[in-house]
Amino acid sequence: MADPIHQFQVIEYFSLGKIGPVNFAFTNSALYMGVAVGLTAALMLGATAGRQLVPGRMQSIAELAYEFVADTIRNTIGEGGMQFFPLVFSLFMFILISNMVGLIPYNFTIASHIIVTAALALLVFITVLVYGFWKNGLHFFNLFVPKGIPIYLLPLVVFIEVLSFLSRPISHSVRLFANMLAGHITLKVFAGFVTMLGGLGFLGWLGATLPLALTVALTALELLVAFLQAYVFTILTCIYLNDALHPGH
Amino acid sequence: MADNAPDSNDLEKRRADEAALSARLRRLGDQLGQQRPREPSETHRGQPVADASGYARGFRLSSELVAGVLVGAGIGWALDHVLGISPWGLIVFLLLGFVAGVVNVMRAAGVASGSDPGAPPEH
Repeated sequence: MADPIHQFQVIEYFSLGKIGPVNFAFTNSALYMGVAVGLTAALMLGATAGRQLVPGRMQSIAELAYEFVADTIRNTIGEGGMQFFPLVFSLFMFILISNMVGLIPYNFTIASHIIVTAALALLVFITVLVYGFWKNGLHFFNLFVPKGIPIYLLPLVVFIEVLSFLSRPISHSVRLFANMLAGHITLKVFAGFVTMLGGLGFLGWLGATLPLALTVALTALELLVAFLQAYVFTILTCIYLNDALHPGH
Repeated sequence: MADNAPDSNDLEKRRADEAALSARLRRLGDQLGQQRPREPSETHRGQPVADASGYARGFRLSSELVAGVLVGAGIGWALDHVLGISPWGLIVFLLLGFVAGVVNVMRAAGVASGSDPGAPPEH
């Protein structure tokens, strides 16, 4: 009955064919990704259709989102980072909207699957690698050579720097994934307590008000976490992209 | 210049218009440039939003450490299998990964300077 993991099940709606032995299917995960993209596109296109000098409600939301991401980029990368604005803005809106949609009961949270967040983190990682080498050439390796290190320590330090660099996509993806997974499981478990206690009769219903109140509070916390994790993902993306632009630190 | 020719007069007028327009654009750009530096300080105060809840901060630091150890262990394990030097690859790389994880955490916490999370950008 109240199975807290059940909500993360990927359900196949219909198959689109096979690539080798791998089934290529349209799943509920794909559906909610489409929903997130559709909502973002509708918000942005709808908000900018009027283009008033004094913005209305929708336009204000769009302008706030733009200013928020643009300021984050300007603060972490500088003006030169604005060329990455489309990428960073898309990532931010995709994660934010999908997290918000996932908070609505019965909806699927796509960020609760590590393969999704890993794909997003790898997208950033590979962008940093490709752009870093394209822009700086071999100077990109300066990233791994901190200044002011004695020569006999350098091999070890460079090694550790490389490992630290390779661990980025893992921590980048695990953070978003684990936050969403843990939050949704906690919510489900506490909500499950309500029905379990309710089965005990009148005193049970009385006691059930406590987990119910906690569920309400947790929902509010999850709303904060959903936004915060989208923001953290964005700001880390900016910090990593900053390395691609300015590898010598 | 032939000042009585109407088309050259027109041309001059248009040129003056364009000059005025570009001057206005430059003034607007200057004003925007003046306003922008004020905004970062505002969002700079807002930057700790990422660290606002201790829960988020703790989560972030722990994931940095775990990521370092995982990468070290993964590389060590792969080397063991490819080169057949088990268990030395795992031992050495697990320790190196742990060091990398600690470096990650120190950077994320802003203790050590570096390119990574938490360190304030130089510009």
